[in-house]
Amino acid sequence: MTAPALSVSHLTVRYSGRAVVDDVSFDVEEGGSFGIVGESGSGKSTVLRAIAGLATDRDGTISVEGQVLGRKRDLAFCRLVQMVFQDPYGSLHPKQTVDRALAEAIAIHGLDRGEERIQSALEDVGLGRGFRFRYPHQLSGGQRQRVAIARALILEPRILLLDEPTSALDVSIQAEVLNLLKRLAAERRMTMLLVSHNLAVVAHMCLRIAVMQGGKFVEEAPARRFRDLKADHPYTQTLLDASGGFRRGFFAETAK
Amino acid sequence: MSDILLNVEDLRVRFPGLNGYTDAVRGLSFTLGRERLGIVGESGSGKSMTGRAILDLVPPPGEVTAKRMEFMGLDLLTMPPRERRALRGARMSMIMQDPKYSLNPVMTVGEQIAETWRIHNPGAQRQAKEKALEMLDAVRIRDPKHVYDLYPHEVSGGMGQRVMIAMVLVADPDLIIADEPTSALDVTVSMQVLAILDDLVSGRGLGLIFISHDLDLVRSFCDRVIVMYGGAVMETLAARDLDQAQHAYTKGLLNCLPRLDRADETLPIFTRDPEWLR
Repeated sequence: MTAPALSVSHLTVRYSGRAVVDDVSFDVEEGGSFGIVGESGSGKSTVLRAIAGLATDRDGTISVEGQVLGRKRDLAFCRLVQMVFQDPYGSLHPKQTVDRALAEAIAIHGLDRGEERIQSALEDVGLGRGFRFRYPHQLSGGQRQRVAIARALILEPRILLLDEPTSALDVSIQAEVLNLLKRLAAERRMTMLLVSHNLAVVAHMCLRIAVMQGGKFVEEAPARRFRDLKADHPYTQTLLDASGGFRRGFFAETAK
Repeated sequence: MSDILLNVEDLRVRFPGLNGYTDAVRGLSFTLGRERLGIVGESGSGKSMTGRAILDLVPPPGEVTAKRMEFMGLDLLTMPPRERRALRGARMSMIMQDPKYSLNPVMTVGEQIAETWRIHNPGAQRQAKEKALEMLDAVRIRDPKHVYDLYPHEVSGGMGQRVMIAMVLVADPDLIIADEPTSALDVTVSMQVLAILDDLVSGRGLGLIFISHDLDLVRSFCDRVIVMYGGAVMETLAARDLDQAQHAYTKGLLNCLPRLDRADETLPIFTRDPEWLR
């Protein structure tokens, strides 16, 4: 039996003493896809931040390909695990060109064939040569998110952490970015951990889904379990009902 | 016909730039009764500018022109700015996207509602607090007396948006323009806010223009939908007929949404036809 690509067990993360992630455990096998759904403040992004080493006050173990992670993340970890953030406006340096953003990742990791890597990374995300020397303000939101994805993929990571990668995008652009992520993950057999407030997006991208509320997983099931819009946990059921759009009488049922 | 609140014909909004004008809205025509009208589009479609143009809130140097723009028989185009201003807030009003940025951070939420009442009812100062508490109750805030004294940073997003609705409704307007009123909220919270808006709109017989990027939401909440792209109207149809939409853009938008009840390997992408912009 091989170790899962990503294993989180009894993870608790505290922000100023308060547990925002409370005893969360899950495994993702190699090439698998796992999604976490929840509303704001549920702790879903904090799980990703803990794995990436951005939330340090934590208990429990996180292991990547069998290796238990300590407090600090080293370069080797960054080659293995990369993250894409929600806001493509905030995650690119406004005074650096696309080329510089990509070249920096290569320089830090001392990789060879830089030129070739940059070209193929841009090609992979569907951006032509014309985009290489543009600044972020010369790109649309969807193009910026593609650059952020290219920057993550240029290191050929085995695990991709995605924090609301399409929430800031229009639906038609969201469809393009989701298709791109799905295709690249399949081609490279990447393991994917996706966090979103949108149940439909997570169900589209992931095979397994956990529903998070108040720092805990309240339900974990294969994505197909949710397709008939039925759930075991009442909170999940509320999310499922709300995902279908507005229904008169919804408030009366849930709040009174 | 007195049932028509708003009659707009050939509305255009444009902004001057270095290389001539950029059109934000190109020739929009519609009438609004006491109903819920949705305006749907992606970013840059001109949906927000349409709402702002009706309220005369297009920022300079933007230019608004129209063949006709009437509100309950009043000609908005020839009306002096003073009168237009008196109309705004009193008879036509707007609910913005994010309560965090739209509420005054150094004033309690109750005071802000009371202030609105005072402005529109000079000479009835003493009733202001009473009215504000009544409105907080109408937007189903459980303990109005307690919430009245809270500052905006002490209330949640959903409660902040309900305060905004209370503030708009305390002046008893005939027309409300809601610009993405729930996009900053969690799904379950936004359903509650919508339910309150829905009750108040149908209870008072208001006209509501609901501006949103979310087709599913507009479909389930509104009576009629205008689909906009690049400043122009692609299609106007009854919300329940959205499934039978004829326009390629509307169909494209509907199809590219990931759906819970159906597993798609890839999402259908559509290409934009330059013809849509004429």
